[in-house]
Amino acid sequence: MNRPEDLASPLSTHDLKLAYGTSVIVPHLNLSLKAGQVTSIIGPNGCGKSTVLRALARLRPVSGGNVTLYGQALHSLPSKEVARRLAMLPQGPVAPEGLSVEELVWFGRHPHQGRFPVRRPEDREAVAWALSQTGMTIFGRRPLEALSGGQRQRAWIAMSLAQQTEILLLDEPTTYLDLSHQLEVLQLAQRLNREQGKTVVMVLHDLNQAVRYSDEIIAMRDGEVYAQGRPEDVLTPALLTDVFGLKAHLLSDPDTGRPYIIPYALTR
Amino acid sequence: MTVPFSPRFTSARALLVAGILATLTMLLSVLALGLGAVATPAAQVWAALWGGGDSLTRQLVLELRLPRVGVSLLCGAMFAASGAVMQGVIRNPLASPDLIGVGAGAGLAATVFLLAWPAAPPGGLPWAALAGAWGGFGLVLLLSRDWGGADGLPPVRLALVGVAVSAALGAVQHLVLVRAPDGLGSALTFLTGTVYGADAERLWRVLPWALVLLPASLLLSRTLDVLNLGEDLATGLGTRVNPARLLSLGVGVALAGAAVTGAGLLGFVGLLAPHLARLLVGAKHARTLPVSLLLGALLVLAADTLGRTLLPPLEVPAGLLTTLVGAPYFLYLLRRSA
Repeated sequence: MNRPEDLASPLSTHDLKLAYGTSVIVPHLNLSLKAGQVTSIIGPNGCGKSTVLRALARLRPVSGGNVTLYGQALHSLPSKEVARRLAMLPQGPVAPEGLSVEELVWFGRHPHQGRFPVRRPEDREAVAWALSQTGMTIFGRRPLEALSGGQRQRAWIAMSLAQQTEILLLDEPTTYLDLSHQLEVLQLAQRLNREQGKTVVMVLHDLNQAVRYSDEIIAMRDGEVYAQGRPEDVLTPALLTDVFGLKAHLLSDPDTGRPYIIPYALTR
Repeated sequence: MTVPFSPRFTSARALLVAGILATLTMLLSVLALGLGAVATPAAQVWAALWGGGDSLTRQLVLELRLPRVGVSLLCGAMFAASGAVMQGVIRNPLASPDLIGVGAGAGLAATVFLLAWPAAPPGGLPWAALAGAWGGFGLVLLLSRDWGGADGLPPVRLALVGVAVSAALGAVQHLVLVRAPDGLGSALTFLTGTVYGADAERLWRVLPWALVLLPASLLLSRTLDVLNLGEDLATGLGTRVNPARLLSLGVGVALAGAAVTGAGLLGFVGLLAPHLARLLVGAKHARTLPVSLLLGALLVLAADTLGRTLLPPLEVPAGLLTTLVGAPYFLYLLRRSA
């Protein structure tokens, strides 16, 4: 506990065990995320990546070990304090009917407000900032159900941004979006990281997107970390075979020099 | 190029709706206070309310009719608040005190309490009903809880089990009533949902509960808004979900329990009023809750007033009329969510 490297790590896990009832999803996870980076967790369906992300956000109980936020045990911190330092957008969030974008984004101020929802100038600023970062200012007064899928996802991200946290966790933020809206979300995540220094952690399915938009990749298999590191170091033919059961051509992305994966066969 | 868009639901709109409902409720109250074997003109009712007029009218209006109107308004508002709170917590549009075991538990406990202890002090009944409400609701919780998982209270199962438990408890209550001695049994008929014969004692019985619990429900509006986003988002925003749910449910259960001791189970008021309120002012509880209270009060008073004027001298119970309106709407909701 409280190893020096943990104090510098926004989120780390220590012998973390996660289980649903008696079935163990993640037996024994030791993970340390780097501050100020975009990290993507990749892995096949059922490898436990979403489960781990949810545990990092204290959204699910832990069966053993713990998660630390800059060295402090997550479960011992007041939930509201955690919400001021860490925002998590789960998969497929649902808003009550009739809520406008602006009203939704105001929920992001909840952890900063006291017992009574006084709208202080800094709250208004944070909401306006979150709307403008996501390009949602002009949609502020629209009801969520009147938006397209991409706009709605941006509205939810805006809510997370209004929390003004240093850490942003996104669980499959591009699922159900068309390609251009996927890029929009990924570029937004990258920009927030570059311009605001936010630590961004995502679960992504598209390997090429993960490679292109991440500084660090964590590849998971069967509830364990198979590899962690820079995309160009992690995405190897061996990893694609071992983790995904794929044979692939690895080209070089002309923009980034990072690998571009073209799978052509299954190995199992 | 975007088309300017004005939101459907604003605070100004909510204020307007609340103002209209409050005015309607007041007008209908004055009308109801004038109704009876000896009709009293509205002007005299108004005078009597402010301590004027002749003593006979004052007695008629203040001592005989006011309790009935007061019980209608309070119990309607309490059922509506209870429904709004529960629909928010359980995130199920079909949740309502009469559909998740709360009302049925309160009714059964109140029946047994009155039969077993006819000479009990009047203040005791709401406590018995409260215990019964928790008993009924606890039974539902117990049966719907997923003991293996970590999810706590799965909303859909909760509602399903609630309907079954309500039906069972209601049957037991009927059985107890059927076996009750004649005189006592008829004294308990109000528990089936009517404000007929509501007297000052019944008004005083529910008034303190209403004065505490109705404002308490309004204070919950922000908690309910956050809970309404779902467990993950609520947790992510820093809410301790299970304590917040329990607190809100506690208020919702107590509201229904107390309301049952005033007017019995007024069917579907707790379902109808919050739904209507959301249609009028949207999903934010700071707006939905006050409008629900007003709608519940107005609904029950209107049902009772109508029930008294439809087939005089017969009185159609208010709960019967609210059920006649509510049941089809419940079926419509079922069809829509299926």
